[in-house]
Parts: sequence; C-alpha cells; structure tokens
Amino acid sequence: MAELPATPLLDDLEKGPWPSFVTEIKNAALHKDSCKDLLGQLERSYREKIGHWKHGGIVGVLGYGGGVIGRYSDLPKEFPGIAHFHTLRINQPSGWFYTSKALRDICDLWEEHGSGLTNMHGSTGDIILLGTTTDELEPTFKALTDVGFDIGGSGSDVRTPSCCVGPARCEWACYDTLKVCYQLTMDYQDEIHRPMFPYKFKFKMSGCPNDCVASIARSDMSIIGTWRDDIQQDDAAVKEYADKGLNIQRDVVGNCPGQCMEWDGEKLTIDNDLCRRCMHCINAMPKALAPGKDRGATILLGSKAPIVEGALLSSVLIPFLKIDNEEDFKDLQALVEEIWEVWGEEGKNRERVGEFIQRVGMANFLEAIGLEPVAEMVAHPRENPYVFYNQGDDEEEDK
Amino acid sequence: MSDEVSVEEVADAMYKQIADAQGLKKLKPGDVTKMMRELYGDRVDKKLCKLAIRILIESERCVYTYFGGSYIELPPKEGEEK
Ligand code: SF4
Ligand code: SF4
Repeated sequence: MAELPATPLLDDLEKGPWPSFVTEIKNAALHKDSCKDLLGQLERSYREKIGHWKHGGIVGVLGYGGGVIGRYSDLPKEFPGIAHFHTLRINQPSGWFYTSKALRDICDLWEEHGSGLTNMHGSTGDIILLGTTTDELEPTFKALTDVGFDIGGSGSDVRTPSCCVGPARCEWACYDTLKVCYQLTMDYQDEIHRPMFPYKFKFKMSGCPNDCVASIARSDMSIIGTWRDDIQQDDAAVKEYADKGLNIQRDVVGNCPGQCMEWDGEKLTIDNDLCRRCMHCINAMPKALAPGKDRGATILLGSKAPIVEGALLSSVLIPFLKIDNEEDFKDLQALVEEIWEVWGEEGKNRERVGEFIQRVGMANFLEAIGLEPVAEMVAHPRENPYVFYNQGDDEEEDK
Repeated sequence: MSDEVSVEEVADAMYKQIADAQGLKKLKPGDVTKMMRELYGDRVDKKLCKLAIRILIESERCVYTYFGGSYIELPPKEGEEK
C-alpha cells in the first residue's frame, strides 16, 4: 500500500459526521501518486497559509479555447506528481440529470486519464475533473466525446449555461428551463468553445423567483421564471394550513414584501397588482398557493462575483418574456446577440457586461441595444436610475 | 466583387499582426478583429474574422492562451517554459 504523507492539519477536516474531501483524496492516493502529492502540497499550504498553484497559460484541446484550466504546482521538485494538474470543465446535462451509466463512464475514463478526483459540480455548474497532465488532455477529450460529453467554457467566452431542474421535477417552473439551457448551449457552441468576448459571459436559468441556481448573483444574463396574472389560490387548503397551526398572519402576511395580503382568520386576500412575485407565500403554503397560469420569464442582466471589481446583482432588462416556442426563443437570442455586439465592440479587456453598463450608463446602453426604458427596470426598490427626463418634458406636459 | 477578401487572406493578415505583437502585447480575438476592420474596412465582417481565427487555431499556427483573460498567440517553441 502506498505510504501517505503525514497530514495533521488535513486530518482535522475528517472529523465529524459529514463527508470529507480529505478522506476521498486519501482513498484516491492509495493508487494515484498525483493524489499523494496533492495531499502533501495541500498540507504544506495549510501550514504556510500560502497557495502553491499557478494557473493559466497554454493548455487546451485542439480547436477549443476554453474548458481546460492549466494548473501547475510551484513546487514541482517536491511534488512531481502534480507538476501539471490541469482541471477540465465538462458540460453538464441540463438540470444535472444523469443515468448511473453516464456517471460510471465519466469516473472510469477519469481514473484512466486523470487523478480520478471530481467535483460534482463546480460553481459554474460544470462537472469538474481535477488533475491531469498536458499529455492526457487529448486522450481525455476523445474518451469524453466517445461517451457523449463535451468540454464546457472557461476564459473570455460563454460559460457553460446552467439551469434548475425546472419542469422536470418542479411544479413552480414558469418556463422550460431545461429546454432553454439546452438550446442556448447548442446554438452558442462557437461562443462557448472559442473565446471572443472582452471577458466571460454566463447564462443561468431559474424556473421561478426562488432562483435555485442563484442566477441573479452569478450570471451575466439571469433568466428567471415569473407570472403576470394572479397567484393561484385554494381557499380550503389555506384554511387547512391555519387549522394545522400555521400562523398565517405572522409568518405569511407579515413577511409579504408587497404588503399586499390580508388574513381575517378565515379568508386570505391577495392584492395581486401589488404582488412582487417573491414566492414567499407560495413557499410557505405550497399546497394552497401556486404561481399564476400566464407564465414566462424576467430577463435580467449584469451580475458578477467580485473579481476585478466588486460584486453586482443582475437588474431587470425585460420584465416579462414568453419563452414557449421557437419564435419567443428567437426574440431572446436577438437580444443576447445585440448585447454581445455592443459589449464586444466597446467593452474593455476583462470588463464584465455589468461593469460595462455601469461605465457607459444604463440609458446609453439601452439606446445602443435598441431597448426602450420601462418602469420595471429598477436596480433597487423605490429607485429607478434608467428613466431620464429631458429638460422641457415637464413644460410639454404642462401645455 | 473584385475587392472581396478571402478568409485565408484575413487569416494570414491576422497571423502577421499576432506574430508582430508576440512578446510585446497580448492580443484578444476582439483586438485582431478590430485590426482587420481597420485594415480592410467594410470588406471584412465579424463572421469572416471568426472564421479566420478558427483557421489559425485549427491549423495550429496560433493557440488560445489564458492569462486572466483569453488571448491568441503563437504556439510556444519547443521546450519553452510557459
Ligand atoms: S428555481 Fe423555482 S422552478 Fe426552479 S427548481 Fe427552484 S423552485 Fe423549482
Ligand atoms: S408572492 Fe410575495 S409579494 Fe406576492 S403575495 Fe406572496 S409574499 Fe406577497
């Protein structure tokens, strides 16, 4: 049996009832030298409080500019097994649905060509295959495509689109997130594999405002399901919740951000015109309330994590868009491509689209992409920075 | 049209710009596209430039690199440390 390095600090992370990545690396280290060196370097990083990875450079598979992240140890003499330890991002299926055979195929090929370590899934949504050498990249790619998988995005390209499970498992889905995710992935293959933008561009699709994939914080374009008619309400089921002890006044009505609900002890009344579509009441009483029937999505733009600049949340671009058929989808794509055109032309190096909008101003951006400002384009409640009045408008109205 | 530019010609012109910039400035795909528009004006469009980049990458005359953002460069020479 291979001898593992002493790792007193990492060993602490094996304590407690939860799964431990340290235990998994130790298991893998029994038959992979790279994982043994990985433990050694990680322990050293914990001790010194210094990371020992360098990343980037020139690694990839032929024809693709994304999906492989070059990773190198800066201590290659001490840890030769991880001198190269590249990461591959693999395009996950929409909604992360797999057959057990597909998972076995991925694990088997990765045992053969890499460290065997995976991260299911990375924060981008992709399947992450951790650790291989430059020589193994092309054989891994071939093995992946043989079992029906493709590499995802990285660098200044469209990142692998990801979505919530949507209508496959969730009754609250207001549009088919899986279909939109699949279609965007297939239609933008070129943009995913061949970096052509100032910086990365992410799509994330959530079927309702619960936003299970956190698209509002983690994607340049957040497509979030919503509805524009009234919340569906079953009064008998509401009463049943009350009878079983739910404090509707305190826990539902009292937490409604629209302050648009009333409960008289018998009947719940919702002023749907003032509803913010926040999902709180529906989450609290799922058997009694549901999103309305006229469903679609809100298109928001501009979020990002703090890398070059601070974090941003997406803000509303299109308040309501139906995405039910081919025509609707074309409207969405036309908007996306208009945004890429303007940002691609004028965006600075490593400037995300949200930062670009901040720099040029929303009014100019809207004009450039040919979109009329509307009242719903709010960045924060009770604040609307995108509607501007020209001097003289008031006088016009006064006439 | 006599002044039509072929994708191969654009690819060669791009290659020259990338080779001239090598070691001095890292160029993004968007940068070389803009350079081609300056060079050829309306005779080239983004689609043609995308195709030219694809030719350069698939023929391995150029490679994509990543240093914070994505760039197009000449492939490293044999034994060159990156
Ligand atoms: S975002 Fe909404 S539709 Fe999607 S899984 Fe979550 S609750 Fe369901
Ligand atoms: S969805 Fe939110 S805003 Fe609308 S009624 Fe329910 S709690 Fe209030």
